[in-house]
Amino acid sequence: MRAFQVFNACFMVVLCAVMLYPFVMVLAQSFSSAAAIRSGLVSIVPVGFNVDTYVAVLTNGTFWRNYGNTVLYTVLGTALAMVLTTSYAYVLSKKHLKGRGALIGIAVFTMFFNGGIVPNYVLLSALGMKNTIWAVVVPGALSVFNLLVMKSFFENLPVEMEEAAQIDGLGWYGIFFRIVLPLSKAVIATMVLFYSVQYWNDWFGAFLYLNKSELFPITLYLRNMIAGASNAASEGAAAAGSTSTQIAANIQAVTMTLTVLPILCVYPFVQRYFVTGVMLGSVKG
Amino acid sequence: MALAPLVFLIIFRYGPMLGNIIAFRRFRPGGSIYGEEWVGLRYIETFVNDPTFWKVFTNTAILGGLTLAVCFPLPIVLALMLNEIRRAKFKRVVQSITYLPHFLSVVIVAGMVIQLLSLPGTVNQIIQAAGGDAIPFLQRPEWFRAIYVGSEAWQTMGWGTILYLAALTSIDESLYEAAKIDGANRWQQTWHVTLPGIRPTMITLLILNIGGFLNVGFEKVLLLYNPLTYQTGDVISTYLYRVGLVSNNMSYAAAIGLFQAIIGLIMVMSANLASRRLVGTSLW
Repeated sequence: MRAFQVFNACFMVVLCAVMLYPFVMVLAQSFSSAAAIRSGLVSIVPVGFNVDTYVAVLTNGTFWRNYGNTVLYTVLGTALAMVLTTSYAYVLSKKHLKGRGALIGIAVFTMFFNGGIVPNYVLLSALGMKNTIWAVVVPGALSVFNLLVMKSFFENLPVEMEEAAQIDGLGWYGIFFRIVLPLSKAVIATMVLFYSVQYWNDWFGAFLYLNKSELFPITLYLRNMIAGASNAASEGAAAAGSTSTQIAANIQAVTMTLTVLPILCVYPFVQRYFVTGVMLGSVKG
Repeated sequence: MALAPLVFLIIFRYGPMLGNIIAFRRFRPGGSIYGEEWVGLRYIETFVNDPTFWKVFTNTAILGGLTLAVCFPLPIVLALMLNEIRRAKFKRVVQSITYLPHFLSVVIVAGMVIQLLSLPGTVNQIIQAAGGDAIPFLQRPEWFRAIYVGSEAWQTMGWGTILYLAALTSIDESLYEAAKIDGANRWQQTWHVTLPGIRPTMITLLILNIGGFLNVGFEKVLLLYNPLTYQTGDVISTYLYRVGLVSNNMSYAAAIGLFQAIIGLIMVMSANLASRRLVGTSLW
């Protein structure tokens, strides 16, 4: 079995290298000169080290505006999603409730069948949500997976606490805000993380429903940049090593780095919680 | 308390389901979201007779099948291997690193893929170092499937292990003791104790994956494909996106979308039924 242990450890090291390589490469490119990227010299170490691209991107008004939009959408969306998810999950966790099965069924069915892109688009247009932030924030505000994780967390809270509170004269809302929520910090932290990552990363809602570039989130800004570069590439411009695509590669790397940065910063701190959070929800499902 | 979420679900989840009725009614922009007049099965007939539809249907099935074949077993293998690591700290580091890609936006992943596979990118550097010629991967239809499945595996494999690792910790230790007394070696223990122990998790995830079969990463395909790779890259969702939202033929696109959603539902239900009959576990 020794041989297997050694092989296993080596395999894991290689796997981690493969997982990390794209991150390191983008970081290296973001500090490299355009010429070095063009000649394929940049892999894990910046070549022609400079921070000019960072300065260029960080002094760009559109970049800041779209980055700010992402922050706004993330905060608003997460807040809305937390209200909806927590309140619904709490109701579903009450086993004595009449119609509980139906309420769960209504939510779970949407996991297996959905309206599809076109009816969603038609609906949001009809509601006048196009070109408003609500088109980005509202449709994703309830994830059934997160709902089920929260529901099973609430189900595992000691019933006695709530009964005692009830005897002491607290109503439903009192119990919820003063007993249940303070006891659920771990799962709330997990859900806040999941929703904020979801909103932070979203680009498609904005792509479909927003036409005004001043409303774009940073992911859509980045997508347009990448799409521009790859269109040029498919037209054969890249083969000629045209400067426009290469400058884009440089700026892209910086924008990508800055977009991923917040996630990378919080990730080590919250990682422990979300792993327990997911397990809680799934194992007892 | 359940009112707000319920209203949300009814408007934003069930509303669009009903909205699929425009697959059978003529929709006019600016008119009723449920269409203007009945046209029967006209839009269904149109796509059944549309060769492009069958082309993208085949592409979807192939891409979905490949993704399922590669991305479903990988987390199981990785979880089993992680489980064999005795040093807790090393194991935690590996887990943290392999989960990370899951948290990236598909835009970032697509950006990374494009950079890695570009002409001066890392992959071509390696090919050239080995004496080969650079390949414009993103413009070659024969590479699209490999690129898609590879990036999908990179992004989902680590995160997929979470549930299996959870299931592994819940296996009764005494089963391993008993197996050891019966003379089972590590491989036999894995085969006879560990795998049956995580079987319910495997089946649950398999059923869920089968349901998402035709929904293959719409967003990622949209970001990675281009007219040069339509031949293998164009899938049902991207086709209906172009037909509906780009060319403004909403009813026709809704008909395609409805067909796709119904196939998905049927597949989940049959997978569930099959697993209940064959192995006795099911989602519901």
